[in-house]
Amino acid sequence: MVSASPSSQASSRAASQAAPRGQTLLLDGITQRYGQSVAVNDVTLDIRGGELVALLGPSGCGKTTLLRIIAGFLAQTKGHVIVGGETVDGLPPNRRSVGIVFQNYALFPHMTVAENVAYGLDARGADRATQRAEAQRMLDLVKLGHLGDRYPRQLSGGQQQRVALARALAVNPSILLLDEPFAALDKNLRLDMQIEVKRIQRLSGITTILVTHDQEEALSMADRVAVLSQGRLEQFSPPTQIYDAPDSLFVNTFVGSANLLGGVLVDFDRGGGRVRLDAGGLIETRAPKGDLLPGARVTVCLRPEHLRVDPGAEGVETLNGVVEMGLPLGATVVHEIRVGDGSAVKVAEPRLERGLLLAPGTPVRLAPVAPRLASVFAAA
Amino acid sequence: MAAALRNVTTYDLKLAAPLALGFVVFFITPLVILLALSFQADPQGSHYGLTQYVNFLGDRFSLGVLGSTLWLGVKVTALTLLLGYPVAWLHQRAPSWAKGTIMLLVLLPLLTSVVVRTFAWVVILGRQGIVNASLAGLGLIDTPLKLLYTESGVVIALAQVQMPLMVLPLITALSRIDPNLADASSVLGSGHWRTFRKVILPLSLPGIVAGCLLTYAAAITAFITQSLIGGGQMLFMPMYIYQQASTLQNWPFAAAISIVFLVAVLVVVSIFNALGRLSRGYTNA
Repeated sequence: MVSASPSSQASSRAASQAAPRGQTLLLDGITQRYGQSVAVNDVTLDIRGGELVALLGPSGCGKTTLLRIIAGFLAQTKGHVIVGGETVDGLPPNRRSVGIVFQNYALFPHMTVAENVAYGLDARGADRATQRAEAQRMLDLVKLGHLGDRYPRQLSGGQQQRVALARALAVNPSILLLDEPFAALDKNLRLDMQIEVKRIQRLSGITTILVTHDQEEALSMADRVAVLSQGRLEQFSPPTQIYDAPDSLFVNTFVGSANLLGGVLVDFDRGGGRVRLDAGGLIETRAPKGDLLPGARVTVCLRPEHLRVDPGAEGVETLNGVVEMGLPLGATVVHEIRVGDGSAVKVAEPRLERGLLLAPGTPVRLAPVAPRLASVFAAA
Repeated sequence: MAAALRNVTTYDLKLAAPLALGFVVFFITPLVILLALSFQADPQGSHYGLTQYVNFLGDRFSLGVLGSTLWLGVKVTALTLLLGYPVAWLHQRAPSWAKGTIMLLVLLPLLTSVVVRTFAWVVILGRQGIVNASLAGLGLIDTPLKLLYTESGVVIALAQVQMPLMVLPLITALSRIDPNLADASSVLGSGHWRTFRKVILPLSLPGIVAGCLLTYAAAITAFITQSLIGGGQMLFMPMYIYQQASTLQNWPFAAAISIVFLVAVLVVVSIFNALGRLSRGYTNA
């Protein structure tokens, strides 16, 4: 995804061939208040045409509110929604040209699959023949061309979702909104559908917003991820950057897992910093975020795979600890290490490199696998 | 396992036995007696035959009473549906605190006796009643409108009295509709009216059918309201039966009218039921 420039060229070529319709979407300073509470607080997102953006956050972070504002179900308190350069603030949902796939799919139970897909075309006054042909084309796209005469209740969850996607795309919307679309599917089917949706999105080149609380889903599917917390935009970056270079402690802990260690900032420059950990040892980190001065109390975030366990090699300026427990997790082994200040640190290593699990009680030294991996934030 | 299941089933049947017994003694038996009575050729019961039915079906006056009763039910049901659907819709859309209030207002008529409610309508619709007094006070009319003792008066009063029977099934049906469906319809380009016509209305059909069935059955058999608001000028089946049985002591003829009325109602009910089955196919998503 990051390295392969030929593939990204290929995909952009496919997008430009298949559909010239990827509209830009600008959310400009969106704020939504409900009485005293603020559901969305001054969120600005500049989304490129044809991009797949995930709105990621825990429940109550404002992602669903944003989706309803984009769709036109809610009128925002402040800010503007601009699609393809045009403000759509005053338009009701039926004139906004967005498609939505709901979490429960919301297929019309009293209509056949083909009627469901043709519904939006019918609303736009397309004649019967066009409706039928277009519905068939969309159903073929989602590989359900043979099920047009069935009713939604006769379909499996994955098939219902494909129908919902076909129905949303049939009206040729500027923006496609996916509201937790995979939450109701079991794990294996979910992966298949994620790949399928990504394929169709690439093929149609439609600008897509995916609302999800599942970080894996957001990281694997999206071109860029917007992490929201309590109505605020925490970070808007490509997935690898969200994971490797989080802008805030919230992003660091919400996406992936992280060991949080207290310490004092020793010194830093643009390239990185050094922190003396309370648990012992001096660690080289990424450049600290925020206005921090040397001597400030900081929280260091180390991902489990950032560390390596060296048995029996306690050093002076190092992070020392004792093995509490070891868990073999298929491809990796995870050790929980009790370090100097009493906190527990998880370390994940490839099992082939680690070999045997370390026995509980073994004294160890923890070393970073590379310098400047850890993130540093002002202590909470 | 199978034995255990079987036990549960027989146990369930035993639980229903008291009600079934009551049903047989107080409903089936009188119905059979009624049926037998209707075949008596004369009030003395000296011989049996189809005389009473021939009398009823050959009599334009009697057929007129039956027709106007069935037609009254249609009018009341239509008015109740027309007025009740918006109430149910309002209840569905209202915030939760308002839902309780609306529900209370819907149920309130059920908490007072039907006699009291009907007399209230007599006061409202009468020559010196609230409606006429208000219209005259506003200078809109010179002479009082005749509302009481008219069929329109009966329809209006019955519609109000039977309103809960329509609104409650409608509320149930509307609340079963996934709110996302309206949103989905809207983003697919439909305005409110089209969403209502294509999605909400078809999906609320089971509630409409159930509400109409209850309202219709209640309206055509509403002896008290029909008699008090209709007065002496209008005759509907319940009063007709009462007159034949109590006043004229012509029990066999009263029984025969009852049976004819029962059959007519059963026909209407089966039509409604057939519609209900059709619409149910719609909704089991």
